[in-house]
Amino acid sequence: MAKKRLVLTFPPEVVERPVVAMMVKEYDVITNILRAEIHEGEIGRMLVELEGDAKRIREGVKHLKDLGVQVEDAITDIERTEELCIDCGACTAVCLTKALKVGAPDWELQLDKDRCILCGLCVDACPLQLITVKF
Amino acid sequence: MAKTLEDINERIRKGDAVVLTAEEMTELVASEGAAKAARKVDVVTTGTFGPMCSSGAFVNFGHSEPPIKMSKVWLNDVPVCADVAAVDAYIGATAMSDTEGMAYGGAHVIQDLIEGKWVKLKATAYGTDCYPRREIETWVNKDTLNQAYLFNPRNAYQNYACATNGSDRTIYTYMGVLLPNFGNATYCSAGQLSPLLNDPFYRTIGIGTRIFLGGGHGYVAWQGTQHKPSAPRSPGGTPLGPAGTLALIGDIREMDSRFIRGARFHRYGVSIYVGVGIPIPVLDEEMAAFTGVSDSEIFTSIFDYSQPTRSRDPLGKVSYAQLRSGTIEIDGRKTPCAPLSSYRVARDIAGELKRWITEGEFQLTGPVELLPTEGTVQGLDIRDGEGI
Ligand code: SF4
Ligand code: SF4
Repeated sequence: MAKKRLVLTFPPEVVERPVVAMMVKEYDVITNILRAEIHEGEIGRMLVELEGDAKRIREGVKHLKDLGVQVEDAITDIERTEELCIDCGACTAVCLTKALKVGAPDWELQLDKDRCILCGLCVDACPLQLITVKF
Repeated sequence: MAKTLEDINERIRKGDAVVLTAEEMTELVASEGAAKAARKVDVVTTGTFGPMCSSGAFVNFGHSEPPIKMSKVWLNDVPVCADVAAVDAYIGATAMSDTEGMAYGGAHVIQDLIEGKWVKLKATAYGTDCYPRREIETWVNKDTLNQAYLFNPRNAYQNYACATNGSDRTIYTYMGVLLPNFGNATYCSAGQLSPLLNDPFYRTIGIGTRIFLGGGHGYVAWQGTQHKPSAPRSPGGTPLGPAGTLALIGDIREMDSRFIRGARFHRYGVSIYVGVGIPIPVLDEEMAAFTGVSDSEIFTSIFDYSQPTRSRDPLGKVSYAQLRSGTIEIDGRKTPCAPLSSYRVARDIAGELKRWITEGEFQLTGPVELLPTEGTVQGLDIRDGEGI
């Protein structure tokens, strides 16, 4: 079994939900929608976690791409303006995966992108507005 | 054995003063005891860098030709209070932009001024015989202003609450984003590094004390608003929740935006991170013991911020050592907790102040007058005007 987190970008003409259902039905890939930003008639984006046989995931992803869905690895999509960060730690309060952490000994903010699920909660929590999550 | 402030300043002038940060002092007192530490150490430097809404800056714009008695004033579209003399104003840190809302406010204007940026000034007036102009639009920066100084009514809170949320929805507060069902907790004090926790009964910090404010020199101007010395305290003297506060003053021209930063608490409003460092003279063994306080001896109370009342019941007590570990227990359940004030910058401030003193560029002043050591805070009761 393999796991993969992806950000899917749907052009307006591709309807999202059936496409996701297709992953489950045709490729036997469990598809968890972790976050979605979808507005009628516009580009839609969602963060999904795929779980299944690695080969079947690859095939499913290829099928998605053929349908015109843009597929990106999710973990590259959070950014923090590091040089302006004051290491206050306010963002870590909402980061339940501990992708963002401050602590001993240096009390500097650490961002571990591999743990980030792109929930986006830290964006609002940073009082300096330094974090952006791209969808 | 006791030292006087004059002895200590003499040693600073000669370059002989022994200066430790509050963290270093905590270690020394733990290993060698307060009596020995009192003999060895002259000054302990403290630091804190947290959001302090009760802050702002007085500015004087100078007179235009023809002159104006400004009645409504905006700086970068942020309304500022001009209800003083013709061209004086007070930039309240929490004022919000008319165009950008809480994404930009008075705090950000102050930060921009400190960074030397040009700021757009707009003012209107009703016009008088001696001040005929009715409106003005121009640009100012910290060098075109006659004066620009922070005058913060309440800073450097001696301890603060730990906030959590027992409701079933996320709430947005000045203590940050609080997740439902006790999903997280936040706290906001530099603990063992914090100025007033190292001088719990205000023996050396009082009116006139010279301090580090925002990267420059400043002074304690007065007791802060909501100064509440009569708070319950732990055996070592530190209060178990919000207690003493300070009103601070300092020239923004000397400041550095590393130590003053505009901030926005989502769905709450604008605030300002203020960097404060206060030197504490180790006059005797008692002051050595006070400055040797550690996070495991400083406690605060946990409150449920989903209760919109001024008299919430505390859910429990927790030490800063526990808070710093990142997990506390609420109702027998583990809850992740996070700071809002920057310990890293608090340390930088204590270190910077230590360097100033060691290099002889900063001498200590004793208080001209001491702060009240008794007194509490009154609420605001709704009165109907009858029988008052
Ligand atoms: S997006 Fe979510 S998981 Fe990622 S760093 Fe922010 S809070 Fe943590
Ligand atoms: S909340 Fe913002 S400023 Fe504070 S540590 Fe996180 S990214 Fe840095």
